[in-house]
Amino acid sequence: MIDANRIIGHWIKPQSRILDLGCGDGTLLRELTNLHGIHGYGLEIDPESINQCIANGVNVIQQDLNAGLANFADNSFDTVLMTQTLQTLRYPHLVLDEMLRIGRQCIVTFPNFGHWRTRGFLAFKGRMPVTKQLSYQWYDTPNIHFFTYKDFETLCAEREISIVDRTFIGGRASDLSLDKIWPNLFAHTAVYHLAR
Amino acid sequence: MAIDPHTNSIETTVNKSTVTFDSPLNLACGVVLAKYELAFETYGTLNHDRSNSILICHALSGDQHAAGLGKNGKAGWWDHYIGPGKPIDTNHFFVVCPNNIGSCFGSTGPKSTNLDTGKPWGANFPSLEVSDWVESQKQLMDYLKIDCWSAVIGGSLGGMQAMHWAVAHPQKLKHAIVIAAALKLSAQNIAFNEIARRAIQSDINFKQGNFLEHQTSPTKGLALARMIGHLTYLSDDALGQKFGRLVRSGDLDSAEKELVQFEVSSYLNYQGDKFATRFDANSYILITKMLDYFDLAQHYEDNPVEAFKQAQCKFLVVAFSSDWRFSPPCSEEITDAIVSADKDVAYLRIESDQGHDAFLLPNEHYEKGLGQYLQRVAEAISGASR
Repeated sequence: MIDANRIIGHWIKPQSRILDLGCGDGTLLRELTNLHGIHGYGLEIDPESINQCIANGVNVIQQDLNAGLANFADNSFDTVLMTQTLQTLRYPHLVLDEMLRIGRQCIVTFPNFGHWRTRGFLAFKGRMPVTKQLSYQWYDTPNIHFFTYKDFETLCAEREISIVDRTFIGGRASDLSLDKIWPNLFAHTAVYHLAR
Repeated sequence: MAIDPHTNSIETTVNKSTVTFDSPLNLACGVVLAKYELAFETYGTLNHDRSNSILICHALSGDQHAAGLGKNGKAGWWDHYIGPGKPIDTNHFFVVCPNNIGSCFGSTGPKSTNLDTGKPWGANFPSLEVSDWVESQKQLMDYLKIDCWSAVIGGSLGGMQAMHWAVAHPQKLKHAIVIAAALKLSAQNIAFNEIARRAIQSDINFKQGNFLEHQTSPTKGLALARMIGHLTYLSDDALGQKFGRLVRSGDLDSAEKELVQFEVSSYLNYQGDKFATRFDANSYILITKMLDYFDLAQHYEDNPVEAFKQAQCKFLVVAFSSDWRFSPPCSEEITDAIVSADKDVAYLRIESDQGHDAFLLPNEHYEKGLGQYLQRVAEAISGASR
């Protein structure tokens, strides 16, 4: 299976300055630092994740993405990253704009709600999906927006965001490359490389 | 991490010293202190390559007794955070805490004798800046034959010293831990300090600062100054939870309301009176002015990013949600400048209802974050000296 972190590693420049929005325990930033010598900072709000970042030696800044990113100057980073966080934000489209203001390029990953498992949940069980990628019950989930990669591309077109590259990651189906042929059905995670 | 069980102790051993420096100290105000004393305490053991030392910088009213039990069994002001197995772990680190010049706990200050006149300095003690404290700490560092602090740590005015160290002596520290501090004071902060100074100066026993010669002390004014200060270090919530409208004496239901004393009034009066017996009024005026004067970016075209570009150390910045004297936005301003200067930094905004004083008090998230950060520092030291 293709790993999103490896794809990100291909899209960033070695030794570049990187901001990771919603960096979790800092694993990605640590990997990128070790493999590509980047200088990274991560934003996170969960105290436990922040402590893990500190244990990982990652530059972590406690900051709520929903409160804005006005403290970061235009083009102050080479790349702004956001993995599996877009669906949790109050205003994802505004954060995308901010990412493209702060970074020369952006990389975004998100769960594809068009995946056959999630569709199956809704179509056949008549219930909101609870899958490996979207593992929460509807009443207690940080994921407050559900969208497919097609929805995302429509948003990019509306906001004049150019898609430099994109990759889809599937589950077992990826062995048959179905996630490449029919991504909206077989990709559970979408990885986008954006610029303006 | 490998810990030598023989050096592992449970209680903090306190080593007290005083050193006299004959090498002159050129103060920022232009005055030269030809000779001065620094009283300091140390905890823990200096390792063989002298690489495990931490400097603790005290704040406005602090002293050298940061940890362990002192005379009368009094615990140090940061005892919850310094000691064996604590976030600033004396099983790994050699911790140094001086009383700074201008203060009043054994280091040269307004209470000391001016060798030129044979009288106490009093109000004539030279004006000080944070850089003067850092330069005197640097002389202490040389005296202890320490080439580089593994960390310089301080809260409030202590955090300002840690930042100044990072910018003024980049080669001399590996980490700066800046807690509940600011790049410079706000107008409101300066105003509170001015009220405190006015309270002291209004005391009839102040005698233009020469009260020692008159064998008196402006304890009423100093107590009032402290009551104002102390109140601003607490939050409305913390006070409400601790005291509410509880009365200590008298009855709010009776007609004789003038007999009512609220618990919060009694507490503040007690804090003020207690402080007035231990602190020197001239030191209070001198050090609140140091706070007012501090401006990290002053010599860097008022640009904190340019100041932090000088630094070679890594930073940990900590703020507390209910601190309104040095609020989280002050620490965020510090953090943003460090990020813009492309230096390493972690920033914690700790949830607490304890106000500015939270930096001294128990708090799980704060303890974990600080402990985790310093554990990495300790691991790097033991890895390098192995």
